[in-house]
Amino acid sequence: MAKLTIAVETCKGCGLCADVCPRHLLALSKEINSRGYHPIAISDQDQCIGCAFCARMCPDAVIKVEK
Amino acid sequence: MAVVYEKTKLLTDKPLHYCPGCTHGIIHRLVAEAIDELGIQERTIGIAPVGCAVFAYDYFNCDMMEAAHGRAPAVATGCKRVNPKNIVFTYQGDGDLASIGAAEITHAATRGENITVIFVNNAIYGMTGGQMAPTTLPGQVTTTSPYGRDPKLCGYPIRVSEMLATLDGPAYISRVSVHDVKHILDAKKSIRKAFETQIAGKGFSLVEVLSACPTNWGMTPQEALKWLEQNMIPQYPLGVKKEVE
Ligand SMILES: Cc1ncc(C[n+]2csc(CCOP(=O)(O)OP(=O)(O)O)c2C)c(N)n1
Ligand code: SF4
Ligand code: SF4
Ligand code: SF4
Ligand SMILES: [Mg+2]
Repeated sequence: MAKLTIAVETCKGCGLCADVCPRHLLALSKEINSRGYHPIAISDQDQCIGCAFCARMCPDAVIKVEK
Repeated sequence: MAVVYEKTKLLTDKPLHYCPGCTHGIIHRLVAEAIDELGIQERTIGIAPVGCAVFAYDYFNCDMMEAAHGRAPAVATGCKRVNPKNIVFTYQGDGDLASIGAAEITHAATRGENITVIFVNNAIYGMTGGQMAPTTLPGQVTTTSPYGRDPKLCGYPIRVSEMLATLDGPAYISRVSVHDVKHILDAKKSIRKAFETQIAGKGFSLVEVLSACPTNWGMTPQEALKWLEQNMIPQYPLGVKKEVE
């Protein structure tokens, strides 16, 4: 099992990370961060394989991946 | 648990001001990671451009300077020559490098100046509101080519990497893209290679990175990456254009 840490406040909700997740685990949340964006959230942490595609795609270095 | 991936310490904690989905952010990260991995943080000096990346000096955790529009290669030349142990890079957009700074980049390249240039080609003037750049594609709509760029009127786009590769001075020139994870990994390798070229004292290195400007292209970040892949890459073929052993 892998662990994702999302820096919610720096996420701009562009969704580019979600598009590259091979497990389709990422989607924008309904919450709004202090800069007015819907940050990304992971639906099922247990399904994450820790490939870090999401983190490498993110323009804002929001995601940390541990395994 | 081991860390598979985290933000490099070569980027500061300051949130990037770029638009959502702007790939300037990816390119910043790749440059920062390369500096970190090569262990050259303490002797690296970056030169920021005028353009959307004008605040780059706030984002890199190494010494940074700001140059007048297009003049980054001239400033970098000074930083390098005054102390050749410095590792000096410029970070420049296509308006900055290929319009107003066309002379500076050409002469730095032909002198074989031992600096590294990160050239962000997004086929538009991003910062000023989406005007046509020398790299704008034929037919591409911008605020100053509202009916699409007409080469008969405005000339053809400049392939900077190929043009500079005809000179004797440069040691390493390549073009990469950041529209998907595989290409991001390739781009990182190329950027590392450019810094290694400078560290080895081989001379001028430049990496042209095809980049998306969703805001001024009038697209979602997803559409912009697709547009880059389908339209920019045929006009600007990827690959190493020059490499001196
Ligand atoms: C001497 C001078 N001329 C013109 C400008 C206006 N200007 C600011 S940024 C820019 C071009 C930006 O485009 P680019 O270099 O492609 O960077 P991008 O924003 O697309 O990353 C221009 C023409 C200026 N700041 N200074
Ligand atoms: S690490 Fe891989 S599997 Fe896990 S969320 Fe990111 S892209 Fe998806
Ligand atoms: S790519 Fe980064 S900024 Fe964009 S939604 Fe994903 S985590 Fe947020
Ligand atoms: S205007 Fe374009 S290049 Fe500038 S930050 Fe926005 S998306 Fe990026
Ligand atoms: Mg530009």
